[in-house]
Amino acid sequence: MQDDALSERNRRAYEAVHEADDFALLKKRYKNFALPWTIAFMAWYLLYVVCNNWARDFMSTKLVGHVNVALVFGLLQFVSTFVIAWLYGRHANRQLDPLADGLNAKYKRERRR
Amino acid sequence: MNVSLMIPLAAEPGNRNVTVALFLAVVAVTLYITYWASRHTKSASDYYAGGRTFSGAQNGLAVAGDYMSAASFLGISGQIALYGYDGFLYSIGFLVAWLVALLLIAELMRNSGRYTMADQLAYRMRQKPVRTAAATSTIVVSIFYLLAQMVGAGTIVGLLLGITSTSGKAVVIAIVGVLMVFYVTVGGMKGTTWVQIVKAVLLMSGTVLITFLVALKFDFNISKLLGAAADHTGKGEAFLQPGLLYGKDLTGQIDFLSLALALVLGTAGLPHILIRFYTVPNAKAARRSVQWAIGLIGTFYLMTLALGFGAAALLDTGKDSAIAKSKGNIASIALSENVGGGPGSFGGTLLLALIAAVAFATILAVVAGLTLTSASSFAHDLYSNVFVRGKVSEKQEIRVARYAAGGIGAIAIALAIPAQKLNIAFLVALAFAVAASANLPALLFNLFWPRFNTRGATWSIYGGLLTAVVLVFFSPVVSGKVDPKTGASLSMFTDTGIDFHWFPLDNPGIISIPAGFLFGIIGTLLSKDRSSEARYGELEVRALTGAGAEQ
Repeated sequence: MQDDALSERNRRAYEAVHEADDFALLKKRYKNFALPWTIAFMAWYLLYVVCNNWARDFMSTKLVGHVNVALVFGLLQFVSTFVIAWLYGRHANRQLDPLADGLNAKYKRERRR
Repeated sequence: MNVSLMIPLAAEPGNRNVTVALFLAVVAVTLYITYWASRHTKSASDYYAGGRTFSGAQNGLAVAGDYMSAASFLGISGQIALYGYDGFLYSIGFLVAWLVALLLIAELMRNSGRYTMADQLAYRMRQKPVRTAAATSTIVVSIFYLLAQMVGAGTIVGLLLGITSTSGKAVVIAIVGVLMVFYVTVGGMKGTTWVQIVKAVLLMSGTVLITFLVALKFDFNISKLLGAAADHTGKGEAFLQPGLLYGKDLTGQIDFLSLALALVLGTAGLPHILIRFYTVPNAKAARRSVQWAIGLIGTFYLMTLALGFGAAALLDTGKDSAIAKSKGNIASIALSENVGGGPGSFGGTLLLALIAAVAFATILAVVAGLTLTSASSFAHDLYSNVFVRGKVSEKQEIRVARYAAGGIGAIAIALAIPAQKLNIAFLVALAFAVAASANLPALLFNLFWPRFNTRGATWSIYGGLLTAVVLVFFSPVVSGKVDPKTGASLSMFTDTGIDFHWFPLDNPGIISIPAGFLFGIIGTLLSKDRSSEARYGELEVRALTGAGAEQ
């Protein structure tokens, strides 16, 4: 276990980062992306599940040749997953990482004080 | 019943020699990797977390290798071969689930945890109760999953090598068990990770090859493939529409919804997936690993469409066919023989053996990951932090982890051999349901709800775990489910005289997942303990910025 002086210094460093404006901004940016997108993909997925159960005529509609709505809807789940994963990566690289790096550096500085 | 007469596959002497040779090659390569890894494993962080030096791409491959079990590889394509479109539904839940891991769990977990799932939860809670709860759930989920894999291994490897007797399959199970214990005790996380990377590369290459050969037969025209599958199975367009497997009546429809919820919410609570995020140096690499995993797993599941519909279009999948009797498990392997040039041809024999070896590697990589997860949790959470309370050195703890791996391997072998006589395929879905009901609520509350406390954590874990397990115990998958056509039992207890079920659904998720969240909320509010709130700010900073994260 750490000695008390060290853990006290850690605690203060965490507190300093927690109080920083950048941290509030980081938190806001993270949540503003993660929460709406989580709700969106869950709703989109559940809509697909519900259609499989209770909208079978719609799902069985043929589109091109033997390809029907059900298959296309399923494939769109793949597309949306790939796209959201890519969007999140882009958002995190541009909007989150610079702030997180800055705050991490601040934490290290504070700990040395 | 003589399976080798029904399946002109690996059981033929010529085929079997090639298959056995490739199996041995897989074993040789993985043993060498393990030996190499053992020479680079010194500290606890090496043993539990592979030294945290894997790149995002490497870990992405390992995550994919850890996640895509034989149930994915052989099971999903087999279900598509037998039930068409409905067989595809499992894979969609399995894939979308990764967005939960990417957006809400992976990076925060990497920053705020250390070696096990419990580390993350215990960060701002009282160590003993929370670690005990998290370790219990980790070990229960891993053992369920492990049992399903080991029994599957006995059946699948048995089929591939033409071993039909129960005692022969028991030997296969024991060999798989001994190999996994060896990987984990000797190679630790480094060895296990590399075994999973090699497996992922083999699995992806093998699948790309077979998919390409199937696509070639149908002029790269998906509609033509679907049409051929619909015609050849004699089921017509219904084969391409929902309803052949799931949701035949209202109970079935609610059951399917329940399954879908467990699949999409379970992945991000599977302990063997969670600890993979500790093997990379930082949150950015954890994010990259999930993105890689999503790309690999998604591509793979898209290819299982070609495999499944290809098998339906090219092979006999009728009621009495070998593929139907194997519950679809040999569809991909029989398909590879077919597209390689057919039974007896050089290409057919080679491809069959190749894909069989890939399936074998798949099983080994997954069981190794599960054994490591439960052994780590036993040593790090239970032994070190609960039984002897931090008075152990790293060296001792690792020694305990190695013994634990041996113990868990022995238990898994001992349970899997008698379980061969039971229908236990439901255990994978149950592992997902427990992960979604017990682990995910605790993880999410811990990360996003300041007020969450020790009682909330233990209540959500035990509450979600017990609700899921009890409901399944009294569900049709354990007793009382009978095939209306054949009169054969579809339950774990294959004696149709045993029937004590009262819960109507096969899948408990629709009840147990909300229950897990509710237990977490009630437990938290019923406790006056506010000490966890004091450290929430610290956890928040650490999770979001990586400040002070394990290096």
